Amino acid sequence: MTAKFRQHFLPVATVLAAALVLWYLLAIWLNAAGAIERVLTPRGPWGWQDLVGATFSMQRPVLPAPHQIALDLWSSIVDYPIDSPRNLLLHAGVTAGATLTGFLMGVVLGSLLAICIVHSRTLDRALMPWIVASQSVPVLAIAPIVLIILGSLGITGMLPKATIAMYLCFFPVTVAMVQGLRAPQRLEMELVHTWSASRIQTFFMLRLPSSLPFLFPALRVAIAAGLAGTIVAELPTGAQAGLGARLLTGSYYGNTLQIWSALIMASLLGVALTALVSLLEYGLTGRRKQA
Amino acid sequence: MSRSTMPGAVGALLAIIPAGLALSQVFSLSGFDPVVPLHALHSPALRIAALQIVCVLLAAQAVRSLVCTLPLLVGSVITGALLLFAVPAGESEPAAAFWLLVLAQALLVRTSVQRLAMLDSPRWIASFTAVIFGLWALYFWQLLVTAFAVPRVLMPAPADIVMALFTQADKLGGDFVQTVLKSVLSGYLLGSGLGIALGIAIERSPFLQRGLLPIASLTSTIPLVGVAPIAVMWFGFDWPSKVAVVVLMTFFPALVSTLAGLGAAGKLERELMHSYAASPRQQLLALRLPAAMPFIFGALKVNASLALIGAIVAEFFGSPTAGLGFRISTEASRMQMPLVWAAIVLSAIVGSVLYALLVRLERRVNFWHPSVRALQS
Amino acid sequence: MNAPQTAGFSSGKAPVFDPASARPAVVARRASVIYQAADQPVHALSEVDLTIRQGEFVSLIGPSGCGKTTLLRVIADLEPISSGEVLVNEMSPSEARERRAYGYVFQAPALFPWRTVLANVMLPLQIMGRELSQCEAIAREQLARVGLAGFEKKYPWQLSGGMQQRVSIARALGFEPKILMMDEPFGALDEITRDKLNEQLQQLWLREQRTVVFVTHSIAEAVYLSTRIVVMSPRPGRIVKVIDSPLPFERDLSMRDTPEFARLAQEVREALAEGHH
Repeated sequence: MTAKFRQHFLPVATVLAAALVLWYLLAIWLNAAGAIERVLTPRGPWGWQDLVGATFSMQRPVLPAPHQIALDLWSSIVDYPIDSPRNLLLHAGVTAGATLTGFLMGVVLGSLLAICIVHSRTLDRALMPWIVASQSVPVLAIAPIVLIILGSLGITGMLPKATIAMYLCFFPVTVAMVQGLRAPQRLEMELVHTWSASRIQTFFMLRLPSSLPFLFPALRVAIAAGLAGTIVAELPTGAQAGLGARLLTGSYYGNTLQIWSALIMASLLGVALTALVSLLEYGLTGRRKQA
Repeated sequence: MSRSTMPGAVGALLAIIPAGLALSQVFSLSGFDPVVPLHALHSPALRIAALQIVCVLLAAQAVRSLVCTLPLLVGSVITGALLLFAVPAGESEPAAAFWLLVLAQALLVRTSVQRLAMLDSPRWIASFTAVIFGLWALYFWQLLVTAFAVPRVLMPAPADIVMALFTQADKLGGDFVQTVLKSVLSGYLLGSGLGIALGIAIERSPFLQRGLLPIASLTSTIPLVGVAPIAVMWFGFDWPSKVAVVVLMTFFPALVSTLAGLGAAGKLERELMHSYAASPRQQLLALRLPAAMPFIFGALKVNASLALIGAIVAEFFGSPTAGLGFRISTEASRMQMPLVWAAIVLSAIVGSVLYALLVRLERRVNFWHPSVRALQS
Repeated sequence: MNAPQTAGFSSGKAPVFDPASARPAVVARRASVIYQAADQPVHALSEVDLTIRQGEFVSLIGPSGCGKTTLLRVIADLEPISSGEVLVNEMSPSEARERRAYGYVFQAPALFPWRTVLANVMLPLQIMGRELSQCEAIAREQLARVGLAGFEKKYPWQLSGGMQQRVSIARALGFEPKILMMDEPFGALDEITRDKLNEQLQQLWLREQRTVVFVTHSIAEAVYLSTRIVVMSPRPGRIVKVIDSPLPFERDLSMRDTPEFARLAQEVREALAEGHH
């Protein structure tokens, strides 16, 4: 236990503490000019303690201090009911909902296409190179077009955001799934062949299980990409809810504290969604290893 | 493989039905009077249908070689081109014969691509097949968008996009300079460079490695593009704020991969260097850094598209009046779709070229790595 | 016991040596290595006493887990001892390593795939700060000695396993280490290649009279190569018997069919079986 503590926890805690100290110093440095101009000078003579205090408690700091962000996050969750637009959990929920919907659609579509690709030489030769190539292309740039097309077809709300998350999830899942379904060695394939297993049996006995180790890292990449896609999709729609909308309104009104809170919330959401995928992986493959 | 199971044979034969139906339609329209055959010979639909039937007959000869597939391919390209020019102009509704021809064309294309995919030689045939497939996809996009008269606002035809690429070249050129040359390249080099440098710097401190690695890995789950509004507040609307976003997005993958790569040198190799009493610097230069290169290149390739995404999305949050992201978001709201698509095509080309350059460089640097050797043999 | 004069001497070193009076190269006194495993300590090496004299070819043989590799690694300063003393040329192993006393050959060739064969052999020389042209000359000569002249520009992955292992031997010999440490160097090779390399190694030793410490599981290999065979046994890792070889220094593969060879092999086999009780 103590060895584990020293090996893993202590270094991370040290680095985090150093980052926090650096953040506070940076906050003092960046906010000093504004604090002196707007807070301290009107009040009269001041010492360095006043300066530090002022830089940590400004209304619209250049860089809010960590405790300010934490307080803002906390108060937005505790002080307002869950359905209030000032509650960040509501926004996080809206974003998470769109991300997860898109993620599920993307995973299903991507897996289906991957299954088609490994069983069709034509698709493998003709389509697969384009899917691989798409990974070097900034596909997120199509987001505004998707929003406009769907908007003009009368589709609004969550679905356009989910669509963008979907196509961002789709590509990595397809590529990894094709790799994974092809992962069984020739030896294993030949073994199953000697048992004269059908294509469907081969798929469920051999291909699908051996694709899981490839699938899950791709799922983690996909859900992170899907979250970024959802947040970007929330920008131009003039959406009322969602973390992207919070970021945008914050930047319109110069409300830095709101931007940082939304950003931290988005980070927490990203970590939570990835943890969800890891949990799923543990549930599916962890148990398999024990059996 | 026996002739009966030759792929696409059924599809090719099926193509005869719509093509034949279209042929009969043309004749029935002209009413079979003795003068008509001459007149009908000038009808484009008749020519297309006749050619398509010839193609089907070509496809019936099922042999697995490029020479035997080429006539089918060339034939389908000719009928495709004729069909594109036969799209009824203006308000007039396309006739049933036209849709029959489109169907026959689709079946022919399917057969030809299937035939191409069956081939194993020459070496370039795989990429050739993919290119042909891509071109056919563009062709049907063009054909259907024109035939259905889809409003350009919703979905412009590829030809419109290509036109926009040329007519708006100066605008897009400015966007390219703003986004790619200023934001992406400087941010990419700075971010990746800093990540690699920090990775090398803390190589000898396991404590810092253990502290930084989990945090750096965690950042891959975080939508880092979200810092764009803050970057705009701190560094202004112009390219420095985009550089900041790109640096942040590319720094962590470079750091994580560098650390993983420096630790990837084999145990035996490290003990060998130990037995030579090599200095840490010698160990780094002779062993750890070369062994880390495949990992570092992995990060450089991921970072190339991350940098492009970062710069473009950061421009969605606010930018001066140039930049690919700015072009996409503002022209989209002004419904100038061909230009939006042109900007997207340009960014896709930039992404692919960056990636291709990195792959070429990687083949030179990591020529020894099994994954690269597998590509060359 | 004098080494017969042979025409094979090319290194110009003293051709005659007498193991009994030669200076000790390695001395181990009550050396122990204890690992802290999960439930109880593991005695990888328990109170080992051994003296290896300069110019000797000593094989360490025994079943898995008998500590033969651990002993080799302790001598080469790849692992610390828990108690006792190990001296190499009257220095601690780590001092000896700093003075570049060891050439180490592993079971795997451990060649750097991004370096050519020549550059691989040059690597230790470059690390030791020799002049580049000198490194190259030495490396070429060493490659020629292991029969790989003409392969300098190839990369390791373009060679067969046996050739790769010969490159790694050339690399270990290039900087003229006082002691050559070999940890089952031919263990991963097929028997035909192995015989050939055994023959070449034997001739190399005869020519250069380096001290060699050689780990193996093969009785035939140990008997064929060694002037002394150290038989070890597991749990705890210890030396069961040290057998002096009565075979002449000049040997060839046909010698493996002589009664002397068979008798010696039998002795080793019995010692191994004894250690297993």
